[in-house]
Amino acid sequence: MAETIQGQGGLAIDVRQARYVYPSGNVVALGGVDLAVEHGEIIGIIGQNGSGKTTLTKLFNGLLKPTSGSVIINGIDTAKRTVQQMAPHVGYVFQNPNHQLFARTVQMELEFGPRNIGVPEDQIAERVAEAVEFFGLQEFVEEHPYRVSFPVRKLVGIASIVAMRPPIIIFDEPSTGQDHNTTHIINGLMRRLREQGTTVVCVSHDMPLLADVVERVIVMKSTEIIADASPREVFADKALMARTNLQAPQVTEIALETVVPLGGPVALTTEELAADIASRAGSKSKTSRSSATVR
Amino acid sequence: MPEPIIIFDDVTYTYPGTEEPALHSISFQIEPGEYVAILGLNGAGKTTTGLCVNGVVPTMLGGELTGKVTVGGLDVADYPVREMSKLVGMVFDNPEFQMSQMSAAEEVALGLENAGVPYEEMMRIIPETLELVGLAGFEERSPLALSGGQQQRLAIAAVLAMKPQILIMDEPTSNLDPIGKQEVFDMAAKLNRERGMTVIVIEHEVEVMARYADRVIVLEAGRIVMNGTPQEIFGRVDELAALKLRVPAAAELAKVLGSEYGLWKGPAPITTEPAVKAINELLGANRG
Repeated sequence: MAETIQGQGGLAIDVRQARYVYPSGNVVALGGVDLAVEHGEIIGIIGQNGSGKTTLTKLFNGLLKPTSGSVIINGIDTAKRTVQQMAPHVGYVFQNPNHQLFARTVQMELEFGPRNIGVPEDQIAERVAEAVEFFGLQEFVEEHPYRVSFPVRKLVGIASIVAMRPPIIIFDEPSTGQDHNTTHIINGLMRRLREQGTTVVCVSHDMPLLADVVERVIVMKSTEIIADASPREVFADKALMARTNLQAPQVTEIALETVVPLGGPVALTTEELAADIASRAGSKSKTSRSSATVR
Repeated sequence: MPEPIIIFDDVTYTYPGTEEPALHSISFQIEPGEYVAILGLNGAGKTTTGLCVNGVVPTMLGGELTGKVTVGGLDVADYPVREMSKLVGMVFDNPEFQMSQMSAAEEVALGLENAGVPYEEMMRIIPETLELVGLAGFEERSPLALSGGQQQRLAIAAVLAMKPQILIMDEPTSNLDPIGKQEVFDMAAKLNRERGMTVIVIEHEVEVMARYADRVIVLEAGRIVMNGTPQEIFGRVDELAALKLRVPAAAELAKVLGSEYGLWKGPAPITTEPAVKAINELLGANRG
C-alpha cells in the first residue's frame, strides 16, 4: 500500500443528486444534493440539527450509501466500497470521541489508524510523535483514553485521524466543549491542513471558528443545500441567517449595522473592522495605521 | 442586604488519589437571585466549584475539603446530597446521559419519588414543572424523541421539580444547536428574572454570558483571579487574553479602536447594541 494516499481524481468530493432515505421507513434524511469540492478546499457545513448535515458527511466516508444518486470521493465511488476501504481516503472525526476511541492507551489509539491502513512501522512512530507534539498530549500518552478529561479525549480523537494523513478529513463539531485554549489548537490545525493541501469539511455551529478557518460555507435546511458561498456572503445575508436560525459572529453583526451600509467590509475579525472604522472616522491620531483599508 | 445564599469561606479541595488541590483557598459569596457566570480554562476548577455547592464534593466524592461551603444557611459537608438537591439543582453538558425514563413525566417524577413526595402532589408538580421549562403537554413523550434543546430543558425540569432555589448549569448548551442554545438560556433568564432563582452558569461562550450574567467569576488553576460585573471583567481584555480567555468581540473591538487608533475612550461595550450605537455615533460625528 502507498505510504500516503494522495488526492486523486478531478474532485475531492463529487456528490450528484444524492438522496438518502432511512431503510426503516419513509424518512428522507437527505434530498437530492449536489456538491463539488476541489482538492485542498476548506469548507464549513452549517444548519440546525436535523437539516441533513451529518447524513451528508456520512455519505462522504461510505458509512451511508446514497439511496439514489452518486457519491465519488477522491475519485472513488463509495457505493462499491466499505468504510474500511474508504478509510485511507477520508478520515472522520466524530463529535463525541466516545464513539471513536477504544484502545488501551492514548499512544495505542494514535498508532491504530496508521497501522490499520498499512503505514510502515517506522513512519507510524514518526507520525504519532508528531501528533503528540502538535496536540500537546505528551503527559497523556500512557493514559487510558477514557481516563483523560473530555476535552483532552476530544483532541485524542482528532489526533488519531490526523495521524492517518488522509487527503480528506471531516470534522463533526470539533470545538464543542472546548475552551479558548483548545480552540486555538484546532484553528492552528486547520491552517496546517490547508498548507498541506488536505481537503477539510467542518460541520459546526461555531460561527467564529468557521469565520476564522473556512473559505466556503454550505448552508443546509430541511435535508437540502440552500446556500453555498463565502462566510462573508452567508453572514451578510440576514434573511438566510434568520431563516436557518443561525447567528453571525458578534464582530460581523456589528459590522453589518455600522460600516457595511457605508460600503465597508462584512468584517470577520475585530482588527479588520477596527481598521475600517478608523479609516472612515478619519483618525488623526498618530497611532492610526496606514494599512487601514476599505474592501 | 439579604443573607448570601452561597458562601465559600477559604475553601481548598483535593480529589481523592490526587496531590494537587483542585481548588485553592476560594472565597466568594452569591446573593439570592444573582445570575453568575463562571469562566476559566478546562481544568480551572469550574465544575468542582459547582459540585461543592450541591454537596457532591465532598459528601459523595470524598477527598479532602478545608474551609467551609454554606448554602442556604447549611454547612454543605453536614448534609447528604439528597437533602441538598432540594436546594440546589445541577445539570451538565450532555442531557442524554441524564435521561433514564420512558417518558418526560417519569423523568421529572424520579427525583420526587426518591424524595418521598406523595403521589397527588407529584401529579400536580409534574405538569407545573414541564410548563416552567416550556414543555407543557410533553408528559408522555419519550425523552429520546426530544430535540437536544428539549432534552436539556427536561433535565432542568427534573431538577426544578425539587423546587431548588439555585440552578447550576455546567456548559448546558455545548452539545446543542443554536435554537436549542437559545431555548435553554432564555428559559434560565426567565427563571432568574420572574422567579428570583439564583443561577450559576459554567460557560465558555462569553458573548452569551455578557448578555445574561450579573456577575462573572474567573478561575485559573483552582484560584479565583477575577470577580466582578461583566462590564468590569470583560473590559480587562489584555488580562483575560493572558489567561487564554476570550472577551466578547464588542469589547475587543473597543480595545483595538482605543489602543491602536485612539478612537475609543471610556468603558468598553460588551454586547452588540451599545457597540453599534457608539460606532455609528463615531462615524456620524466624523462624517459631518
